[in-house]
Amino acid sequence: MRGLINYFSGMFNGIISLLKGMGVTGKYFFTSPVTIVTQQYPENRKTLEMFDAFKGEVTMPHDENNEHKCTACSICQINCPNGSIEIVSRDVVNDEGKKRKELDKHLYNIGMCSFCGLCIKTCPSNALAWGQEFEHSMFTRDKFVKTLNNEGSKLMQKKGVE
Amino acid sequence: MAEIIQDIQEQEYIINMGPQHPSTHGVLRLVLSLRGETVLSVQPHCGYIHRGIEKMCERLTYQQIIHLTDRLDYLSAHINNHAVCMAVETALGIEIPERVKYIRTIMDELARIASHQLWWCSFGMDLGALTAFFYGLRDREPILDIFEESTGGRLIQSYYTPGGLMKDIHPDFQKRVKDYIIYFRKKIGEYDQLLSGNVIMNQRTQGIGKLTKEEAISFGVTGPSGRGSGFECDVRKHRPYGMYGKVEFKEILRSEGDAFARYMVRMDEMRESLNIIEQLIDNIPAGDFTVKMKPVIKLPEGEYYQRVEAARGEFGVFISSKGEKYPYRIKLRSPNFSNLSALHTMANGQKIADLVAIGASLDYVIPDIDR
Amino acid sequence: MEFNIYDFTSFTKWIDESLNAAMSPFWVMITEMAIIGVAILAFYALVGLFLVYAERKVCAFMQNRVGPNRVGPFGIFQTIADLLKLLMKELVYIKNADKLLFNIAPFIVITASFLAIAAIPFARGLHAIDFNIGIFYVVAVSSLGVIGILLAGWSSNSKYSLIGAMRSGAQIVSYELSVGLSLITMVVLAGSMQLSTIVEAQANGWFIFTGHVPAVIAFVIFLIASTAETNRGPFDLAEAESELTAGFHTEYSGIRFAFFFLAEYMNMFIVASIAATVFWGGWMPFHVPGWEGFNTVMDYIPPFIWYIGKTAVIIFILMLFKWTFPRLRIDQLLTLEWKYLLPINLFNVVLMAFIVLMGWHW
Ligand code: SF4
Ligand code: SF4
Repeated sequence: MRGLINYFSGMFNGIISLLKGMGVTGKYFFTSPVTIVTQQYPENRKTLEMFDAFKGEVTMPHDENNEHKCTACSICQINCPNGSIEIVSRDVVNDEGKKRKELDKHLYNIGMCSFCGLCIKTCPSNALAWGQEFEHSMFTRDKFVKTLNNEGSKLMQKKGVE
Repeated sequence: MAEIIQDIQEQEYIINMGPQHPSTHGVLRLVLSLRGETVLSVQPHCGYIHRGIEKMCERLTYQQIIHLTDRLDYLSAHINNHAVCMAVETALGIEIPERVKYIRTIMDELARIASHQLWWCSFGMDLGALTAFFYGLRDREPILDIFEESTGGRLIQSYYTPGGLMKDIHPDFQKRVKDYIIYFRKKIGEYDQLLSGNVIMNQRTQGIGKLTKEEAISFGVTGPSGRGSGFECDVRKHRPYGMYGKVEFKEILRSEGDAFARYMVRMDEMRESLNIIEQLIDNIPAGDFTVKMKPVIKLPEGEYYQRVEAARGEFGVFISSKGEKYPYRIKLRSPNFSNLSALHTMANGQKIADLVAIGASLDYVIPDIDR
Repeated sequence: MEFNIYDFTSFTKWIDESLNAAMSPFWVMITEMAIIGVAILAFYALVGLFLVYAERKVCAFMQNRVGPNRVGPFGIFQTIADLLKLLMKELVYIKNADKLLFNIAPFIVITASFLAIAAIPFARGLHAIDFNIGIFYVVAVSSLGVIGILLAGWSSNSKYSLIGAMRSGAQIVSYELSVGLSLITMVVLAGSMQLSTIVEAQANGWFIFTGHVPAVIAFVIFLIASTAETNRGPFDLAEAESELTAGFHTEYSGIRFAFFFLAEYMNMFIVASIAATVFWGGWMPFHVPGWEGFNTVMDYIPPFIWYIGKTAVIIFILMLFKWTFPRLRIDQLLTLEWKYLLPINLFNVVLMAFIVLMGWHW
């Protein structure tokens, strides 16, 4: 007798648990257009905004005079765990005849970057920043190597310090 | 004839499950020998995604190691980093600010919830309930958004650094987390309705993949999997770090030791994590988000070990230093590797479908196994 | 002839007569077979494509997603695009596979589902063959599919396929019983195996209402057992994705895979049609005895719409099953059949016979 009761109670509890589960999926089905959470990606490209902190790529902000802050000190290059940064510098002679290093090219290989943020954090002159771009796919690998400084850009002169 | 039949009955049917298989969650290869549907033995073959992280760490500074430990158990990236950072900090004898401890603890718990949610998704999927997969991912999304807003990363954050954090939390962080607690408390009831109480799911997990407490201890099965067998192994409770010593939470323990117990431990842990976050989120003290560190960290000569409770079990970092800026040797004790070693004991004599359920209840992350 | 949307009898008769006027009886038979064949083929393809689309949309909505939405408005051409893709894919031959069996297995599966459609009454008079043993025929024919599945699993020479096929064999052989018995319960009630008679008998109330508790039990059992018979979740052990990758059709590619895929959906459609016909009155409108006005309003809805509507509801229920429940294990599957469904079913038949004997059923 006990067995029979267990048999039926087990069956009914089982059915009730199944119905509960169907209730959840059914609820979402019938409220579906409201409860949809997915985003329509290529369509919402215009309105899609990433968070400010989003690590899309390493960039070097330039001001309106096409000047950046990088002093070509190579600290970012040393700190990068993956060797994705290469600083190409040139020697320039300034008015007083002193030799000084100047940034020629800040080469950044996004294909090797692991977005650890050490280059940005350790840069002494705050020359680097995160960019929010996230569509990085390219057809060939060499396109991953980007030159971060603009063509013909110069070092930003610090105000008051000469 | 009788001989032939006996011959056939004694033969084993060898199947390679993986390295590409939907339920091995990555590139794990299980060599099964079957008799009919019954599993006679399981031999895990790992190494398909071995990247030599421990070796790579020997040529990296302590700050740089962080971005590799992220990539072990990518679902508890924060927690792994916490271990490395604490190992370095204790070695240097640095006292880190309270604010950092609070934020780290909250982030760890958020990572734990997100990780358990993903486990729930894949658990449902392995058992064949595909809808569960999407519900779990849906609820995980806000956590990833919270991470992204403050840390810049969704899966891999590289947010902790020896001495503190990479950057301060976003001003909206507290509000978002509090909203999320309210949101998820509601949704977790749905999880129970859909899966935890489901008679099919109960049948498929109860009494399956038994692991006794003794076996759990001898295999070193930790985390929710160990606690499902009654092994009190919560590092947060027994060796408190971060803010865990100051908050109230239960160590979830179950004695059954079957797949269902492991399931329930994780479900309850999600709730418990919400409680922990709730206790901390309003009291984050003001202050610095990092202490001033020297650009080149050199650990004094010696050996250091730090353990934390990652989402899947005890994660340990052993650093042997010769006083240089690189570690001399690093050993990572990854929870999944030990948990996997118990797979054979659990799955022996069960059905193939049970093996899948057991694997799902162990919740392995292959990059953590292979390192 | 007049084309009547409520009654196709005159229409089909007109076709028959005009053909008879033009040809000898033998050629009439051939032409009629051809017409029916083409009609069913077209219907089959249409329903198959639509069901695949519907399933994707339904499961997407349950999972808070949008589902296919790229090809055409709301993605309605998605399945056509998929079909084209499958048609163009390479047919991979397995080196040590049994070529002949490997090739004919998909056709057996699809033929089985094809045959079953012939007996289904879509509307009054729209009926390929009205057997006097219609239900028996459908049950017999729809279980032929398992042969195809077994052959597919065996001939692929793949371990996963073999396990899947064996599971499927065990599963379908046992669940046949429940499908058959639950239909027999209704045959007892209807007093006939002819599908058209069964539908006509439900003019004053569908069997699910007039058959008291046994009819409801039989309906539930039929739904469960037929889900199992069509290899759909939660009983999709034969293809159990997370265990056997794709089960018996692991090694199939291109259009052969599409055949299995289509057959699964068609089986679902057939099962839903049978359920709608036997339990919910098929194309018979919803009538409440005594409510004359209501009944006439219901009669205005064409029978075909009634039939499609009922089938769609049952298909939706089957989809809800699939997308909610975890998969069973093979021994639990058999336990469910032999320990629960079969005894209940047997008891149910007796109960139904008792009710019919006492004349309580109208
Ligand atoms: S970006 Fe910063 S760290 Fe790198 S070279 Fe320029 S100034 Fe130095
Ligand atoms: S983010 Fe890290 S990996 Fe990427 S360039 Fe900077 S230091 Fe290198």
